[in-house]
Amino acid sequence: MSGRERDGGVGDGVDRTPSKRVDVCVVGAGPAGALVATDLARAGHDVVVLEAGPRFDPAERLERMERSIRPSYDRADVWGMGGDRDAFSSTGELYYPLNAARVKGVGGSTLHWQGMVMRLHESDFERRTRSGYGADWPIDYDDLRPYYARAERRLGVAGASDNPFAPPREEPHPLPAFPPSYSDSLFAPACERLGVTTHSVPNARNSEAYDGRSACVGYGTCQPVCPSGAKWSADHEIARAEEAGARVVDRAAVGRLVTGEGDDRVTGAVYATPDGAEHRQEARRFVLAAGGVETPRLLLLSRSPDHPDGLANSSGLVGRYFTEHLFAGAGGRLDEPTRQNHVGFNTTESHQFYDDPGAGTGGVPSSDADLAPIKLEFLNYAGPSPVETALSGGEWGDALLSRLREEYGTHVAMGGLVEQTPRRENRVTLDPSRTDDHGNPVPDVRWSLDARTRRTLARANELQHAILEETGVDVEWTVGPATTGPAYHHMGTTRMGTDPTASVVDARLRTHEVRNLSVASSSVFPTGGAMNPTLTIAALALKCADHVREAL
Amino acid sequence: MELTRRDALAALASAGVVGGGAAAALARERREATARRPTDGESAGSPLLDALVATAEVVYPEEVSGVPAFVETYSLARFDARPDYRAGVRDAVEELDDHARAWYDEAYAALDRGTRDDLLRSMGVDAAEEDPEGTTAERVRFYAVNELLFALYTSPAGGRLVGIENPQGHPGGTESYRRGPR
Repeated sequence: MSGRERDGGVGDGVDRTPSKRVDVCVVGAGPAGALVATDLARAGHDVVVLEAGPRFDPAERLERMERSIRPSYDRADVWGMGGDRDAFSSTGELYYPLNAARVKGVGGSTLHWQGMVMRLHESDFERRTRSGYGADWPIDYDDLRPYYARAERRLGVAGASDNPFAPPREEPHPLPAFPPSYSDSLFAPACERLGVTTHSVPNARNSEAYDGRSACVGYGTCQPVCPSGAKWSADHEIARAEEAGARVVDRAAVGRLVTGEGDDRVTGAVYATPDGAEHRQEARRFVLAAGGVETPRLLLLSRSPDHPDGLANSSGLVGRYFTEHLFAGAGGRLDEPTRQNHVGFNTTESHQFYDDPGAGTGGVPSSDADLAPIKLEFLNYAGPSPVETALSGGEWGDALLSRLREEYGTHVAMGGLVEQTPRRENRVTLDPSRTDDHGNPVPDVRWSLDARTRRTLARANELQHAILEETGVDVEWTVGPATTGPAYHHMGTTRMGTDPTASVVDARLRTHEVRNLSVASSSVFPTGGAMNPTLTIAALALKCADHVREAL
Repeated sequence: MELTRRDALAALASAGVVGGGAAAALARERREATARRPTDGESAGSPLLDALVATAEVVYPEEVSGVPAFVETYSLARFDARPDYRAGVRDAVEELDDHARAWYDEAYAALDRGTRDDLLRSMGVDAAEEDPEGTTAERVRFYAVNELLFALYTSPAGGRLVGIENPQGHPGGTESYRRGPR
């Protein structure tokens, strides 16, 4: 085989042919795959990670940042999403902008994420029992608690123990929290008068140097790219995995898993390189860590005579219960400087309305509606960024400067996340009418919202308006029940449970149906809560690695 | 407000040219202080840089001074770091010159500021969306106008004009977001 054939036609001389049968094959080099690979490689196992996207050159980060600011590039251009490789359909009630919502490559979607890392609450694991909505998890907070602590150390979370609504924790965060912004201080008196308690935000972003990465230097473009590497992203963890001996193969798109040795074991992951050649990586155990869309898609693509509805899909639930978090927000202007857009992350939130979203305070009326959890955020990047306005066309010279001075400087805004009720009809399926660059049917994301989710969005807006108005803001815009959008958190599509007829994986993250196949992803969340999911993804990945190690 | 070469170096931190490229620009400046370089590339006084300076004088606000040094330092480092970008600028400037000669019988950079402004507007550059692959106006917007606006408004000097000393795109640390207005 020539060098060109061995590198899959990429031309970089990197060997992309399979390793001899390994202990573990991980599909996906995002946060879950990277953490699983590191832990298993450190335990002495042979690990191969197959990643559909490329390995990005860190030296190109500043150029990607420039793309994120300049108007001739859209968000998907920053990390090269789009084209035949990433083709998808969206035939549900609501359009789903899938390629804005993910990154393919070493590091996965953490390359463009915001970096908010909260633990789920105890209540999130018992949603069905407590509210009658969604599904309970087969594990509880205490089961995940030690893994949360480990995940916080691995990601280098900057946080403080000042959040009275957070679940119990055993030790401080590894890094001190980022102090509140000047903008936060403008909200503080109003929150106090209204009886709304605020607190710091845990960030996967270095407040001081940690784990070989610098402290944040304030580029202000965290989402979609951190040029300094101060924001944790899974490419850093992949480097740890490789130091421990794991092999990471990029541009290796897994198209199906094949079974053998009986119908309840996977023997190989069949992947294609850019030249179209197919390869088969064999392993004793397989871990799917390809996110909430590609993970169910791969299981569905792996149908065979023994598994006619897709692999691990005897429940019929692979791809079902596709769940998101919904954004609620409002903002406007004050008649004083607000000092926005210096940094790209937030420093104050309120989780007061998470476990009891209808609770009233001295200044906010209560609601007896049936509501889902709400997380409230105080934004440090409200209103236009001057440079983005400057590049948007129209004026230049003195007229442009006048416009920038008019438009920048007095905005404030609140954001927030709302739990989406899991719905069986929201699902990822295969679209047989379209194929990707390797001839595989593309994912079709069908997505819609229920009344409880919309009611909760309205409640979030009510809270936001109360706080903004008490602060003296003239509210100019609101994103709520009719205008909401997804937070790009893909959950629920291989849900976790104890009953094989009502779930895809068990409490140890192993598929009920296939003995050597595990899933490390937000796709296992039975109910998503309203906290950003990545810390829970990381905690579950560490748990998954423990179970796989025990089984090897 | 006086722009300096130091401001240009700060702008380069936002433009993919920290470290090596910026150091190279400084080294080049020192060389040029004693002897003009031969014409194998751009140096202060070259037609390409003159055209960019001429554009900056139109698109930067009047209260900004020191534009030539700022633009030369910034653009030389950008040319060093991004040959494809230099080629795009060269093509855009050629088209500006073609238009200038057709209408005014002079090179673009030789026109007075008001005439340059008129020329850019008559080409539709003011209303164009930037696009490196687009029409002449869209390419001039991308390679000349927006390149220079990006340099200015991602730098602390440009940010201060608007009231933000650590603008988006500049690594200005994590102190300024906590400070109130002065």
